[in-house]
Amino acid sequence: MAKKSKRGTLVETAVLAPLDWVDERTAAVRGTKWFLFRNVPRDVAWSQTLGSATLTAFIVQTITGVILAMYYEPSSSINPTTGKPVAYSSIEAITNDLTLGWLVRGTHRWGASVFIILLFLHMGRVFLFGAYKYPRELTWITGVLLMVTGMLLGFTGYLLPWDQTAYWATVVGINLNGTAPFLGPWLAQFLATGPEIGAETLAKWYSLHMLVLPGAIMGLIFVHIYLVTRLGVVSPPWAAERAGRERAEAAPAGARAGLVRGGTSGGSK
Amino acid sequence: MSETGHDNPHAPGPSLWPIGFAIGVACLLLGLVLSWIIAAIGAVLAVVFGLLWARDVTREVRGEVPEIEPESRAMADEAAVPAEPTAAAPLPTYTRSRFLEASTLGIGAAIGAVVTLPVLGFMVLPSFTNLEEQDADLGPLENFPKGRYMIASYLALPKAGEVSRRTVFVRYNGLVENPASQGRQEPSFTILYSRCVHLGCPVQPNGPIDEAAKKDVNGVELRPVLAQSFGCPCHGGLYDAEGNRRAGPPVRSMDRAEYSIKNGRLVLGQLYAVGNVSGTGANAMISRYPWSTPGTHVDGIEAWLYPIVPSQVTG
Repeated sequence: MAKKSKRGTLVETAVLAPLDWVDERTAAVRGTKWFLFRNVPRDVAWSQTLGSATLTAFIVQTITGVILAMYYEPSSSINPTTGKPVAYSSIEAITNDLTLGWLVRGTHRWGASVFIILLFLHMGRVFLFGAYKYPRELTWITGVLLMVTGMLLGFTGYLLPWDQTAYWATVVGINLNGTAPFLGPWLAQFLATGPEIGAETLAKWYSLHMLVLPGAIMGLIFVHIYLVTRLGVVSPPWAAERAGRERAEAAPAGARAGLVRGGTSGGSK
Repeated sequence: MSETGHDNPHAPGPSLWPIGFAIGVACLLLGLVLSWIIAAIGAVLAVVFGLLWARDVTREVRGEVPEIEPESRAMADEAAVPAEPTAAAPLPTYTRSRFLEASTLGIGAAIGAVVTLPVLGFMVLPSFTNLEEQDADLGPLENFPKGRYMIASYLALPKAGEVSRRTVFVRYNGLVENPASQGRQEPSFTILYSRCVHLGCPVQPNGPIDEAAKKDVNGVELRPVLAQSFGCPCHGGLYDAEGNRRAGPPVRSMDRAEYSIKNGRLVLGQLYAVGNVSGTGANAMISRYPWSTPGTHVDGIEAWLYPIVPSQVTG
């Protein structure tokens, strides 16, 4: 601040000027700061990181899923060289032949369980903290939709290895949906593309698993995190300080504030 | 705690009714398993306490509803005072920008519908229309000994390959007189479809399979089995030799297949659902229904939950 070398100022300008340029046109820097540099209660708990952990698990699923999609073939026809279904053969190739394929597939397979487990722990934490209450009801509702979409992702992904477990578990899953009153049989027939699982089912579920549902869940995650950012983090139930109290005015919210150590807001222009 | 804090502006007062409501719901769910009377009591409790709870919660809101003056008085006043000439009121106008806004939205919606509807139709309709069906030829009648089951495994749609492999349990019941065709002697078969009517797992015959006598007739695999009952490995459903449920979660009797005899060969037709079978073998009385998804009731009061099933519409 006061004692700043000329060189320091120069470096600072070199770093910040492009950011200023971008921010002036897009508000991207201010937006990022709004998203990341937030006030949180003094006594936040470790359990409040479960949401971020779930998001991390989802990102892992996305990356490994994209890579698996490069090698997986969703076809139930028989591979003439192996005599097994093409889908199953491609899974075998990923697991046994392709370098590090076992790792990526294993990460995706176990990561799915990790994602669901973290999701439920996160939900339990939100419930026990009462963090679903006013004004965060919509965050909870989008969270419930996220849970449903996440479970649908697990359900649709389970069929893709096209082995006996996958096949019969999906038969049972589809027929479970079929027992819903009124529209159940219609839903089941839509999911199976006909009265029973057939040649089209695998491709349909692959499309659901890697196009429809990821699109839906990403949109929901965006809304969910926007709401979390907008409404702030809730105090734990044991917090000594009252929620919603007046806080000290934050540092001026210019694009640069807080980006450089020492808080040189409005430094060199 | 300050009453003006952000965290508790809508907090309703404490109420005991939710407890009664919860007990009612629990009672209702328990009654679904135990008896209709308990379920009815639970339903009444849930409705009564639910209404009380809703009344309690909305008391504040309802309290704020302002008293509405009777309309008749206002009418009377208006009648007493001579009405102002209505021409003074500004005429409702429909501006050019409002028109453009509405037409943009309308045309946009129309274009959107024209583009979206066929796509949605393509997504949904192939599951219900033009479903390929083929009669399966299970081979000559001589392959089916009288009074015992054969496991017949065949491709329902040879073009689709192994994914269409289906299994039926076929029992020849001997020759019976068919009153429909002037009392002529005709062969009778019991043909049970192997998919469990609980949730569609492959039902297995409870008995030794004679693998040595296995036959392959034009791609149809036939294996004799000594079984008087069938069990499902997934959730423990158990059926007797006529396909009636004996234990476990299935909700109806095993599905059956229509059959016909063509040139001395047994040909499978459509599948159909069975409510119950009384009698055995050729004399069995089968309450027959259109095929429906496993797990759905076809008879009794629960069938009301599935008023229209796809197989009734698309065949």
